[in-house]
Amino acid sequence: MASGMSSADYIQHHLTNLTYGNHPVNGWSFAESGQQAAEMGFMAINVDSMAWSVGLGIFFIVLFSRVAKNATTGVPSGTQNFIEMIIEFVDDNVKSVFHHKNAIIAPMALTIFVWVFLMNLMDLIPVDWVPSIAGAMGIHFMKIVPSTDLNVTLGMSIAVFVLIIFYSIKQKGIMGFLAELSLQPLGKWALPFNLFLELVGLIAKPISLALRLFGNMYAGEMIFILIALLPFWAQWLLSVPWALFHILIITLQAFIFMVLTIVYLAMAHDHH
Amino acid sequence: MNMNMTILGQIISFIIFVYLCMKFVWPPLTAALAERQKKIAEGLDAADKAARELEDAQQSVEAALQESKAQAATLIEQANKRASQIVDEAKETATAEADRIKAAAAADVEQEVNRAKEALRAQVATLVVAGAEKILGASIDVNNHQELVDKLAAEL
Repeated sequence: MASGMSSADYIQHHLTNLTYGNHPVNGWSFAESGQQAAEMGFMAINVDSMAWSVGLGIFFIVLFSRVAKNATTGVPSGTQNFIEMIIEFVDDNVKSVFHHKNAIIAPMALTIFVWVFLMNLMDLIPVDWVPSIAGAMGIHFMKIVPSTDLNVTLGMSIAVFVLIIFYSIKQKGIMGFLAELSLQPLGKWALPFNLFLELVGLIAKPISLALRLFGNMYAGEMIFILIALLPFWAQWLLSVPWALFHILIITLQAFIFMVLTIVYLAMAHDHH
Repeated sequence: MNMNMTILGQIISFIIFVYLCMKFVWPPLTAALAERQKKIAEGLDAADKAARELEDAQQSVEAALQESKAQAATLIEQANKRASQIVDEAKETATAEADRIKAAAAADVEQEVNRAKEALRAQVATLVVAGAEKILGASIDVNNHQELVDKLAAEL
């Protein structure tokens, strides 16, 4: 915990993104507080979230494509073996849930699983390290866990949602999709009710997908921040068990995001 | 918590990373996995085949061994037969040869005996004539008494 800050300020500081945007008074600039970031409205971007998210995505692609390029069919090296384990794990999950032919699903599931896992993994870096370094370099805010930013999780779930709509229409036709939305579960005499029910169900998919990941990571991060408020000699008592437990959570959340994406897309392909 | 353009940035990055993954990560890795799976399957098949072939080879070796054993036994039997046959033949030949030699020897002996007898007889005739001359005190005309002398000699 940095000196000269109240606990509330400290928590507030750690939960504020580094936002660059069009401020009504200051013009295009970095927000100096959460208040200013809020005033920027939609014409702003969370630079830290984007940088870490894209950086981790590039790390994932570079690591995996390098292994893929040098992949041998003989005895695999340690790294290749590890990557192959992940690939087989994802492939098994996709094959057990998704029974149609679609070349996008499996690579997308892999991307989601590894990328979300890496973003969540940033949660295990002690909360003060990177913000302190950034602060020393003159950067006021630095949130290093992209999945604690609702924009990031919602961005991914909206992309998945667009794919759900796209494949629903592609597989069933626009009329088939509309019929599915309006003619069940109660038949055509309860059409408005059906439509309402199905639309809520449809919209709930991306919202729950995004909020589940965001909520888990945000809460986890919050607990790390609260633990960081303790005297330094007592922190390990709580932070070590919580970090160990959190290893499970970050893997589980990445896995859940992947599996639900596969399930939703499988539902989009299935005719009811 | 502000909703802003980060959401669009994340959608775009998501699309790009999924595309890159589809292009450069997933196909080569799954191809390598499938290839290895095929290789292992082929290896196992080959091992099975080799084991079967080994079994076949062992069986044919066994059969060949049995056959050669039987052949060897036949050969030995034949050889034994032949050997005893040769021995028998040799025995017969030897017996025949011995008989022949014996007969020849007997004939020789007979001949010798006859010859000796003849010689003896001739000498006896001479001796008889000489003896008779001495007894009679006169010479005996051998020609006149030839018949008598011959008769005497024949009786001896």
